[in-house]
Amino acid sequence: MVEKTPILDTLTYVFLMAGIVIVGFPIIYAIIAATLPIEDVSRVPMPMIPGDQFLVNIKMAWEKGNLGSNLMNSFIMASGITIGKIVVSMLGAFSIVYFDYRFRTVAFVSVFCTLMLPVEVRILPTYEMAANLFGPLQGLWELLHLDGLATWIAGHDIEVTLEWSLLDSYTGLIMPLVASATCTFLFRQFFLTIPEELCEAAKMDGASAMTFFRKILFPLSKTNIAALVVIEFVYGWNQYLWPLLITTNPKMMTAVIGLQHLIPAADDLPYWNVALAAALIVMLPPILVVLFMQRWFVKGLVEREK
Amino acid sequence: MIKRSIFSSKTLPYLLILPQVVITLTFFYWPALQGLMQSVMLSDPFGQHSKFVWFDNFIALFTDPLYLTSIVRTLFFSFAVAAVSISLGLFIATMANRALKAKALIRTMLVWPYAVAPAISGILWLFLLHPSYGVVSLAIKRWFGIDWNPVLRGSDAMAMVIMASAWKEISYNFVFFVAGMQAIPKSLIEAAAIDGAGPFRRFWTITVPLLSPTLFFVTVMNIIYSFFETFGVIHTMTQGGPGGATNILVYKVYQDGFIGLNLGASSSQSVVLMSLIILITVLQFKYVERKVQYVG
Repeated sequence: MVEKTPILDTLTYVFLMAGIVIVGFPIIYAIIAATLPIEDVSRVPMPMIPGDQFLVNIKMAWEKGNLGSNLMNSFIMASGITIGKIVVSMLGAFSIVYFDYRFRTVAFVSVFCTLMLPVEVRILPTYEMAANLFGPLQGLWELLHLDGLATWIAGHDIEVTLEWSLLDSYTGLIMPLVASATCTFLFRQFFLTIPEELCEAAKMDGASAMTFFRKILFPLSKTNIAALVVIEFVYGWNQYLWPLLITTNPKMMTAVIGLQHLIPAADDLPYWNVALAAALIVMLPPILVVLFMQRWFVKGLVEREK
Repeated sequence: MIKRSIFSSKTLPYLLILPQVVITLTFFYWPALQGLMQSVMLSDPFGQHSKFVWFDNFIALFTDPLYLTSIVRTLFFSFAVAAVSISLGLFIATMANRALKAKALIRTMLVWPYAVAPAISGILWLFLLHPSYGVVSLAIKRWFGIDWNPVLRGSDAMAMVIMASAWKEISYNFVFFVAGMQAIPKSLIEAAAIDGAGPFRRFWTITVPLLSPTLFFVTVMNIIYSFFETFGVIHTMTQGGPGGATNILVYKVYQDGFIGLNLGASSSQSVVLMSLIILITVLQFKYVERKVQYVG
């Protein structure tokens, strides 16, 4: 610091402590609640000393909330989105930055246009699309009256229905959320900062495009990939509206959605200890990812501003 | 922009961009087009018959008092969320930037709520603010003498969803503000100190102006967050109630489309939301360009 301000310095730490407590309070309180029996949780005010029922509540939450299967679904969805986004966007950015071809600008602009549109604003049509992926083909079929043509060729009535539903499937949970341009844009920005000489040298040594990608571009992108892994994993794990719409089968339910069923309703016994125990389990994986990969995560998040 | 040194291949670049283009077309352009078409159609709930009705859906939408109040509520909600989370985030970041010891630990303690799902934040705060069991609601009742009941009173419910949504966003803002503050050259601050500017003066005349691009970016991101991603908060806490008091736009799209099965109304609402977010994006890029020119 520039000058000595002992009072202000003390205040700084006091305020920081207060800030940390305010930010952490909901979790601390939930942890305490998750260790108490139901009689204590429903007492007003709830005792602030942890009880010994933690494992009992966790077990009950695990069974009532069907957490085993839900967590697995969330894990598959979050990893699918993460890997899908990174692979798709890295290849796309490579194509846009390192090749020149006729539709390059068109491709870039059309992908770039989707940059900020979250799935929330186009839920209904995207849902219809997922309900029948062949909807556009079917529409085309009907538009061209190919039914009549098919009937004429075959000599008898043929009804063609093209249907491929993504409802209640992992593909349906993952694919629509992979459609985002943020990662492509980030990789593009990063590739543009890579010195030209690297590519020239690689070409001079006779490396093909894919060799350059594998041996040079990929290793150089490792920190960016790590940052995106954190951001996209958290994003995927925490999805709410899309999995709510697309899954009706309890076997396909994700962990965050499943929590809704554990919240005690007005007339139920107030099993808040169980609901909060489940909430703690479900929030743990993304928190661990953020904490363990904090350095990359902060870097990656801030890069998005540029 | 493109590299000077490039590879040449007839098919490879198309193959590389193909997955991205296919996914974007299927899950973005086609649905967006469908949405646009449905927004000018009147369909029955089973989607069997539809009729072209020009802008009737939009006219119905903007003359519907429920939709208009929903717009006002959404604006109030998102500005409140942005104001609370930005001011707290900025305050904590300023303090953390002043701290000399245990910087990494402090950051760790403040960063993790970013990873908490909005829906889970909703559950945590639902318990804290529960009219009969919640400890925060007890404090509100005792200290402020307010008869807190978010289940019955709309304004309380609104305050409740604002708290739950803003809490999660504090850490996001904190990360950006700390990064922004670290990018401010130390020499500027030292020069101001030599000229006799105290810590508060330096904060207002150096830190805040130099932080303004970050502040602008964070504001945009917070508004987008509170417009769209807070769906989980609303769904777990209030389901838009009581009496529609927390029925923000994104929740209304869901309610009208998936519960009310009113395809036309839901699609025209989607179109309104899409135009809104495109507007925000365009404004943001305009501003970013200006910022670049200013620096260069």
